[in-house]
Order: sequence, then structure tokens, then C-alpha cells
Amino acid sequence: MTDQSAENPVLIARRPSRLKEIWQGNIGYSFRRNPVAIVSLAVFVIITALALLAPVLAPFDPYDPASIDIMNSEYPPAWVDGSLPGFWLGTDDQGRDLWSTILYGTRLSLMIGLCAVVVQAFLGISIGLISGYVGGRTDSILMRLADIQLSFSTLMVAIIFLALTQALFGSEVFAQYAVFFLIAVIGVAEWPQYARTVRATVLAEKKKEYVDSVRVLGFGPGRIMVRHILPNSLSPIFVISTVQVANAIISEASLSFLGLGMPPSQPSLGSLISAGFDYILSGSWWITVIPGVVLVVLVLVINLLGDWVRDVLNPKLYKG
Amino acid sequence: MSLLSVRDLTVKFSNRGQSVTALNGISFDIARGERVGVVGESGAGKSITGFAMMNLLSRPGYIDGGQVLFEGKDVLKMSAREQRSLRGNRMAMIFQDPMVTLNPVLTIGQQMVETLRAHRKLSHEEARQIATVKLKEVYIPSPEARLDQYPHELSGGMRQRIVIAMALLLDPQLIIADEPTTALDVTIQADIMELLLEMCRSNMVGLMLITHDLGVVSQVTERTLVMYAGRIIEAGKTRSIINDPQHPYTQGLINALPQQTPPGSRLKQIPGSMPSLNAMPSGCPFHPRCPLANDLCRTTMPKVVQYADVEVACHEVQRLQSDLTSEAAQ
Amino acid sequence: MFAYLVKRVFQAIAVMLVISLIGFAIQGNLGDPLRELVGQSVSEEVRQELRDDLGLNDPFLVQYWRFLGNALQGDLGTSYFFKEPAVDVILKKLPATLELVFGATLIIVGLSVPLGVYTAIKPNSWISRAIMAISIIGISIPVFLTAILMIYLFSVELGWAPSFGRGETVHVIGYWDTNFLTVDGWAHIIMPSIALSSIMLPMFIRLIRAEMMEVLQSEYVRFAKAKGIAPWRIYFVHALKNTLLPVITVGGVQIGTMVAYTILTETVFSWPGMGSMFLEAVNRVDTPLIVAYLIVVGFIFVVTNTIVDLIYGLVNPTVKLARLGA
Repeated sequence: MTDQSAENPVLIARRPSRLKEIWQGNIGYSFRRNPVAIVSLAVFVIITALALLAPVLAPFDPYDPASIDIMNSEYPPAWVDGSLPGFWLGTDDQGRDLWSTILYGTRLSLMIGLCAVVVQAFLGISIGLISGYVGGRTDSILMRLADIQLSFSTLMVAIIFLALTQALFGSEVFAQYAVFFLIAVIGVAEWPQYARTVRATVLAEKKKEYVDSVRVLGFGPGRIMVRHILPNSLSPIFVISTVQVANAIISEASLSFLGLGMPPSQPSLGSLISAGFDYILSGSWWITVIPGVVLVVLVLVINLLGDWVRDVLNPKLYKG
Repeated sequence: MSLLSVRDLTVKFSNRGQSVTALNGISFDIARGERVGVVGESGAGKSITGFAMMNLLSRPGYIDGGQVLFEGKDVLKMSAREQRSLRGNRMAMIFQDPMVTLNPVLTIGQQMVETLRAHRKLSHEEARQIATVKLKEVYIPSPEARLDQYPHELSGGMRQRIVIAMALLLDPQLIIADEPTTALDVTIQADIMELLLEMCRSNMVGLMLITHDLGVVSQVTERTLVMYAGRIIEAGKTRSIINDPQHPYTQGLINALPQQTPPGSRLKQIPGSMPSLNAMPSGCPFHPRCPLANDLCRTTMPKVVQYADVEVACHEVQRLQSDLTSEAAQ
Repeated sequence: MFAYLVKRVFQAIAVMLVISLIGFAIQGNLGDPLRELVGQSVSEEVRQELRDDLGLNDPFLVQYWRFLGNALQGDLGTSYFFKEPAVDVILKKLPATLELVFGATLIIVGLSVPLGVYTAIKPNSWISRAIMAISIIGISIPVFLTAILMIYLFSVELGWAPSFGRGETVHVIGYWDTNFLTVDGWAHIIMPSIALSSIMLPMFIRLIRAEMMEVLQSEYVRFAKAKGIAPWRIYFVHALKNTLLPVITVGGVQIGTMVAYTILTETVFSWPGMGSMFLEAVNRVDTPLIVAYLIVVGFIFVVTNTIVDLIYGLVNPTVKLARLGA
């Protein structure tokens, strides 16, 4: 890419900006023709914006015990009889404003999901690059490890790891560091997805002439991998990442529901649903159902975008 | 009446709601037992022509018009059931790469027997008998044992022999062979081609041989169609086309053959490459690469004319012809 | 085939050894067996004596060897809470979980293949579009939330199905009581089974559809068409078998996830299986029971995975060459 443009400065001058190029190219065309993708992206952007702006938008701070009045607990949303003015989505079992709690909870769920995927991607891409580039015994050991890691379900590993950690440290200490434990365990458990795909790309790219020519020019393996091979594995990485973010959010919610994740004092969407579950039989459905709907919509739009991205980029994903 | 008669066949590919033309109104005939070669560079539309004969184009390709008359009936107008009863039965096909043509999870026997039983009322045993005989005909050692083997247990050459045997199973009238030796080792290419020729001769089967190899065409076929950018630009007796090509493109192809070049000198390649379907030049599609191109070639598509022993679509040939006729008139 | 079998069995044993090592490490570090045995009010000397008697001061390898020997005889210690052998506690809970898994597997296998094949063959029909739309919603709802929403809708609002427990069961043999012989049992197991299958069913529909569509594009399917083979035979003989090979592999990988989902489902429906038992054991720091659960689940996981691999080897004619490098 760089070599070509250096030889041909006219090309650079005439080329439209990168974003414009994407919009006018295949991706943009397919996006404009796909109402599902447009709506999904819009909903995702709105949810993300609301979550990021939680401290500004939320009328109450759910982390501040002073702003909570237990007497306000279990008021229904505004459209149901018996609601309390000022709490348009109602209140939860502890008397927290549900709207504020959901805003903060969404922010937490998104943050954990994204961070966990960053950890996965970092580990997986590094291992995949090393495995594919070094080859030989290193490669076979790392890929065998990936096979084993993959055959143990992430959720199962996470449940056992978090359960033991909690039993070992006690729930007080565990609650304090729950965010880190969640990110670490979801992040570490899923690296093989990335590693296998990146390795496959490296093996395919290694055979091509340009890598040889770059090597002949005397560039080290690090530079070859980062500057020349990695850009070619971007589209499969991107496709995997969308699905992985959705899965990580689901995993976090599931773990929090089991009491192995975020504590009720710092609720993510999962722990909110969990807290509300005890009250669903008595009719206070909103504590569970409203955060549940937010969770499902969030994961659904990410999955829909993931499907669309996969159809457009259509990369060769590793199948095992 | 010819066995196969194609009239104004047009095939298009749709992409992003627009369509590009891959085959541009081609017409040709194949007589009973006749062996016809279809040559051209890759992308000229040879394979598409082959698959269109069976109405088996894969998406996004589709037939936009024309007729494929097989024994007088239009294949494209038949019901799905009628088309199926034709395929593999009256008209069989041999694919390019035998490594991917056979189903990996079914035995050779299963794949042969199902073909027979799809078209004839036969018991499993009777079908196996016929399959064994056909395998023997294509010189496969211990055919009985092969029937129970899976494709991955056999070599590429062996698999292509089996594919040829499958094509012959129901004694078809026409075999369409799409580059049947390109995917094979060079050492066995000649064997397979010889086998194909022998089978067609001894069974009086018509052959449509799609290839880019003029050498093969000259050895196997009686008539040749030269394709360029979705059109037939020259057609005639193979001997005439090899010995006295009229179209500048065909001349270029033949001059580029290694046999035509003295040892030690460079091969004479045709400069440039074939235009892509969505960037077709105006006029004659060959004019950007043609040494004889003039203004007329750049604007107008040449008509097919009879010249010497061949039919050819070229303004330059047409000019020569009219010169001749005017000379004759004087 | 025999060499392949031996290789797989050796792999399975290796994985079991690793799991047992993890279990042993947990037993040594989580909780204090002495306190559970004699309480706090015993002098330090007596405690040391007891430690010697129990072998807790032996070298690591000796202790692990003893642990392994006991485990092989089915002795994984005594549950602190239930005061009976941990293995017995688990075996009593096992049938409830297995019946739930059985119900969910029935739903997944019974529906994913026909629906996946149908959506691949007729990708543009409105039924296919509806199936795919429901599928993507299905994989976007966590299992526990599906379970909760089902309880809210069918138990709380409509009152159609009970929301917790196994209901009326019939004793079969040993610890095995079954749900499948009474109407009440069916009523109780149907919602948990659906909830348990709620992510995997759409996942497998999507997987089968994608694989099938890819196979239908292959050269050998095109060749079969060129041979004049009838469509049903192309779909169900040529394409389906090739489609199911990768699906079997994925199925093996999903067994672990299925176990994780049983924990979630059992928790929501108060299903008296080993999943909810495990969570309770964790909350009570009932170390022997936690370890026993790990080892039993690990064993089930390894056995089923080995079986899935062997099935794959039997179904796939090319496996002998590929796996053994012959």
C-alpha cells in the first residue's frame, strides 16, 4: 500500500478521504441498502451515548446511599397505576430510581464487555501472530492449547473460577474487585477465537510475495507482522469482535445473575435483573423486565450489526 | 438436424442491482458424434457456455435470452423434471477439478449407482454391475474394489477417470468437458485426454471440449469455436483454424504457441489483457489489443462473415473479403 | 480405527488427571477440614495430632496419590453440610439434571436440523426469514433471562405452567426419579427444557443453515445436479452429511456450555439438580462437594466429548487419514 502510493503521488491526491471511500464503496452501499443495519447502528449509538452520559442524564446517583430512600422501593413505572412522580421507570427493591440505575448499569455492562474483548483480542492476536509466524513446535503447542481452552466452555470456566475466588476471598473483598475479575476471566477464556483466525491469515499471507520482499529488505519480524500482516487480518478480527462483545455482555450478565459478578450495590444489567427476580412472583415485574429488555436490545443490535458486517466483509473465518 | 443448436444465447451477471453481460448472443451447432473445441483465455465465457447448456449457471449468473435446442427441444423451456431427466442421461458433464467434483462422504459406488437409478429402473445390484463395466472401460484396475472406496483414497488421475466413467454411464449423446485436464499432473494430462477421445469415438458421443489449450484442441476436435469477451469471434474446422486463422486474436493465440516459436527466442504473447465484463470497450472488444485496429473497429461491432474456410467477426477480414469480391467483379 | 480409539482414550485420561489435580489443589486451599471436623475449641497439639492422623502433613505427591486412589474408588470426601459422602449427594441430584439436559437436547436436535436445512434450501421464503429473525433474537437473550421471562409470562401472568421444582416424579431405579411418566412431571420440565435450549437451538439453526448453504455451493453438489439427481437426494444425501460433520464438532465443544446453562436454568426454576446444588455448595464453602462436582462434571464432559469425537470418526470417511497422519 505504502510502496504503491510513494511511486504514484497522483493517486494519493485524487483519492477521496478514507471515510468517504468506505461510504461510497461496497460497505457503504450495502449499509445504505440495509434498513436493519441502519436501525441497529442507530440504536447502538443511542444506547452507548445514554450510557456514557449516565452521570449527566441520571436524576439520581445509584452509588450514593444518601440519595436512596428505602421507603420509595418497588414503585411501578409512570404508565402503571400507583406510580410515583419523578421515577418514570419506577424504583427497584432498594428504592433506587430504575432509570438512573439502568443508565449506570448499561454503562458498566458495556464497559466490562468491551474491556473483556480488548483483552481477548490482545492475547489472541499476539498468540496468533507468534504461532503463525514462528511455526513449528511453538505453533503446534499453542494451537493444541487453544483446542483445549476452547473445549472448556468459557461460561463454565468463568463460573468455577469466580465461585472459587469468591469462596476464597469472601464476598466483601470479591465485590470490591468484581469488575476486574469479570474482565480478566471473560478476557482470558476466549483468546483462541482470535488466535486461530489470525494464525490462519498469517499462514496465508506468509506465502505471498510481498512478505518475502519486505523480509529481503531487511525488516524484522515484529515490523513485518504489525505493518504488513496485521492489516490483512483486520476484517476477520472485526467480524469476530462484534460477536464477542455481544457474548461478553451476555456472559457478564449471566455471572452477575448467579451472584458471581457485580454486587447489588454497583449493579450491572445482570445484577439488576437478578435483584428483581425475587420480586417478579409478587408482581413487581418492572425491576426485572425493563433492564432485561435493555440488555436484550443491546445484545440484539450488536448481533445484527455483527451479521451484517460478516455478510459484507465475508472474511474466511477459522472453523474448527 | 444437429444434436445441439444454440441460438443467440445471452448470459448476464447481476451485481449491486446492475447487470453485466457475460455471454453476448452466441450461436453454434454440434452435430451427432461431433467433437467441438471451445477455446479462449480465462474469462472469455467458455465455462459459462458449458454450464448454460445444462441450465446450471450458479448465481449471480442467469440466462437473459436465446435458445439451447437439444435434439430440437429448448432445454431452457423444459420443466425442472424434464431438464433433470436430460442431465447425466442424454447430456453429461465432466468438471475441471476431480478433487472437488466427487462427494467426499459417499463411496464411488454410491455416486455411480445413484446416477444410474436416477434415470433407469434398475436394482442396486444391476446398477453396480453396469458401474463395474464402465469403470473397466476407462481402464480402472480392480473396479469392484473401487466401488467401495471413498474419493479421498484415490489419486487425481484415477478420480478423473471415474468422473469420465460416470459421464458415460447412461450412454449420453453429448459430453460437455470443462477443462478436464487442467487440474491434473502434466504427466497424466495426455492419458486422460486420449481416454476421453477414445471413449467419444468408440461410443459415437458428441463432445464439447472447453479448454485454453490449442494443442489439445487440434488433437481431439473436428471443429473449433474461438471465444473472446463473451462472443464467438471465429469458428470453423479445427484444421483450418490452426493452419490458417483469420481473426487477429486467433492468429495471436497460435503465434503464442511454443511450437510456433524457434527455440531460444521469446514467446510471442498478445499484448494487454482481456477487458473485464463491466468495462467493455466500444466496437470490437479486441480492438485495444489488436495490431490492425482502425477507427471502424473502435466504434462498430463487426458482423460474422464467411471467409476462407471459417466464420469470423472482424472488420479487417471483411475488408479483405470485399477487396477480393471487387477484384473478382473487375 | 483402533489406534484412533486408543489415542482418544489416552487424551481423555490426561484431561481427567489435570481436572483431578485442580480438584485436589482446591481441596487443599479452600476452607479448613479440621474446623469442619472438630470446631474451633481444640488445642493446638490436638490439632497437630489430627493433622498427622488425617495425613495433612504428608508430602504433596503422597496426598495427591491418596486423593486419586480414593477418587477412583468413588470416595471424594464427605460433604460438610449434608454430612454424607459427596459423591452420593451428587448422584442423587444427577438424574434431575440429566433429564433436563435430555429434554433440551431433544428440542435442539429435533428442531435445529429440519429448520436449519429448510432455511438453507429456501433462504428467501418468508418462513425462513421469520425463523432467522426469531433465531437472532433467541441468541441475544441470556438463558437466565429467557427463563425469567417465561416464568413471568406463563406462570405469573397466564398461570399455565408451574415455575419451580420437579413436581410429581416416578421412581425408576436407584436414585433415578423421572419426570417423564406423569402429566405433572411434564408440566414441570417443559419450561426449564425450553429455557435450557433457548440459546443453543437458534445457534445450531444458524450454524446448520450456514454450513448447508456453503455445501450447496460446492462443486460436488453442482456435479450431482449435472448428473440429474433429484433435489431431495441432493439435499438429504449429498449435502446434509457434509453439513453435519462440522456441526458434530461444534456440538462437542458446546457440551461444557450446556453444563454452565444447567446451573443458570436450575437456579431460576429451583430445579433440584446438581447445578443449583453447586451454587449452594459454593455459598456454604462446602469444599468436598465443590471438588466432587468439578470431578463428576469433568468426567461427564470428557466422556461425552470422547464419544462425540468417536462418532465423528465413524461418520467421516476421511478422518482416519487426516487424524493419524497416514
